[in-house]
Amino acid sequence: MELKRTAGRRAGNIHTTFKMAVFGALVALVLLTAVFAPQLAPFDPYEQDLGSALLPPVREHLFGTDRFGRDLLSRVIMGSRSTVFSALLLVLLITVIGTAVGMLCGYYGGWLDSLLMRLSDVFLAFPGMVFAIAAAGVMKGGLFSAVAALACISWPKYARIARSQALAIRNMPYVAAARLAGSGDVQIMGKHILPNLAGPVVVTAVLDMGTMMMEIAGLSFLGLGAAPPAAEWGSMMSDGRSMLQTSPWVVLAPGLAIFLTVMIFNLAGDTVRDLLDPRQRKR
Amino acid sequence: MKTYIARRLLQLIPILFGITLLSFLLLHTGTADVVDVMESNTGSVMTETEKEQLRAELGLDRPLPVQYAAWLGRVLKGDMGVSYVSGRPVLPAFLSKLPATILLTVSSILLTVLISIPLGILSAVRHNRITDYIIRCFSFMGNSLPNFFVSLLLIYFFSLKLKLLPVMGNTAGWKSVILPTLTLALSMASRYTRQVRAAVLEELNKDYVQGARARGIHEKRILYGSVLRASMLTIVTLLALSVGSLLGGTAIVESIFLWDGVGRMAVDAITMRDYPVIQAYVIWMAVIYVCVNLFTDILYHYLDPRIRAGQEEMQWN
Repeated sequence: MELKRTAGRRAGNIHTTFKMAVFGALVALVLLTAVFAPQLAPFDPYEQDLGSALLPPVREHLFGTDRFGRDLLSRVIMGSRSTVFSALLLVLLITVIGTAVGMLCGYYGGWLDSLLMRLSDVFLAFPGMVFAIAAAGVMKGGLFSAVAALACISWPKYARIARSQALAIRNMPYVAAARLAGSGDVQIMGKHILPNLAGPVVVTAVLDMGTMMMEIAGLSFLGLGAAPPAAEWGSMMSDGRSMLQTSPWVVLAPGLAIFLTVMIFNLAGDTVRDLLDPRQRKR
Repeated sequence: MKTYIARRLLQLIPILFGITLLSFLLLHTGTADVVDVMESNTGSVMTETEKEQLRAELGLDRPLPVQYAAWLGRVLKGDMGVSYVSGRPVLPAFLSKLPATILLTVSSILLTVLISIPLGILSAVRHNRITDYIIRCFSFMGNSLPNFFVSLLLIYFFSLKLKLLPVMGNTAGWKSVILPTLTLALSMASRYTRQVRAAVLEELNKDYVQGARARGIHEKRILYGSVLRASMLTIVTLLALSVGSLLGGTAIVESIFLWDGVGRMAVDAITMRDYPVIQAYVIWMAVIYVCVNLFTDILYHYLDPRIRAGQEEMQWN
């Protein structure tokens, strides 16, 4: 009975590891596409050729062309840069800021903790996209302002997670032991608290990648992020809206790109959660 | 229970204060100068002295805390300023567009409930069987679709190809509600189905279910009599919490379908840099969101007999 259960668990782990390898490879593929976008794009994504405007998908232009005759495949490939990289930057930003704030608050407590937590209460009281739309609109600085606006509203979630973990960890016997052995606050936080709270934070971060990508693209769609002629999936779709009836591929190409990329990151995120945080595993 | 509600209402005060402060700072530390924006919006040319005069008139030359106090005083009296574009008071204009947004929100919540709760329960009952996999697969795909893409796909198929439904506006009666509602409900239902499934599964794995099965109680009676009643609490709470993402999502969907609600009003205001309108939108949405969450918390406390009993015990002590 006991043996069988361990064997079952091991089989589950092998299954999860296999899934992780597949989805990890897909994520790597997306990232590599973004890195090598200029080399991969068959055409110049910004070169206009009005003679071949709004061509449906043909052999030469696999995804068709837009109203300026720009090759959509090349634009989708280039677009992976702005959308994926800005989502990565955003998630990195909120993870670092949120974890730092949360860890310091949880470890030290006191008035700084109360102040920062009340501040995060206020941020959490706003519906995320409502705040982001207003903030990105006021800053009007293109893709970076969209990232900044979303970062502004998203860090409290990470701070909360990191804080609750830090609160639990700081009372652990090994922390007391480390303190008795003469470790300072910085050492304890770096060596004991940070590594132990990293798990849930990383899981949240990976799971957030897809959502953040959709929100960045959404802001660009509204004209509050990347602006034309930049190749960015959200703004490309907004650009193709008026031609939906006659040339749906202009919207479809970037739309499918967002859909697939978000799905890959979500699948990878779920698997990372299963690996790192088996208690929350999907049953 | 009463003390609990009173305590929660008291906790609301600093949050509301924070919301107004943040909304104020957001639009007053912006890079653009308000008077310059007004100048470009009205199309008139002003001299520097005229601009200075206008700044003094609007109180923009005073220090920020003073400006904030004056502004907050007006907001509390229901005066949210005057639109830079139309020159009319913001609050009545905002309130006249609010019902359209609320209609959209309520209809998509209803649709979400109609889709998610049966599917989530079905998925949990048929755990790890083919029905479960199909439902999970669809909810996963729905989760990865941004709502602006869904809107455009729906417009393409239902309005442009099949010509069944109007493309945009809320003038065509009940038919115009369908597509925006579908869009919002689709992404919400995808997430919510998974949550319902998880909640029901958790309850199904509890010991009392095993006990009931051992005693030979019919599976249906266990499900309807105990499991669903117990997991309803979580299900209702999670629904209320998803209202936040819905409120943000309406802005995009409203502007695609040219739905005449507050979300579209805000997006239009941003392109015109009509700060008082944006401010009203942000504050009101946050207040609505906070109130919904508060109401849910209170309802949760009221519905959960364990917590209710705990509250009364605490009062006895």
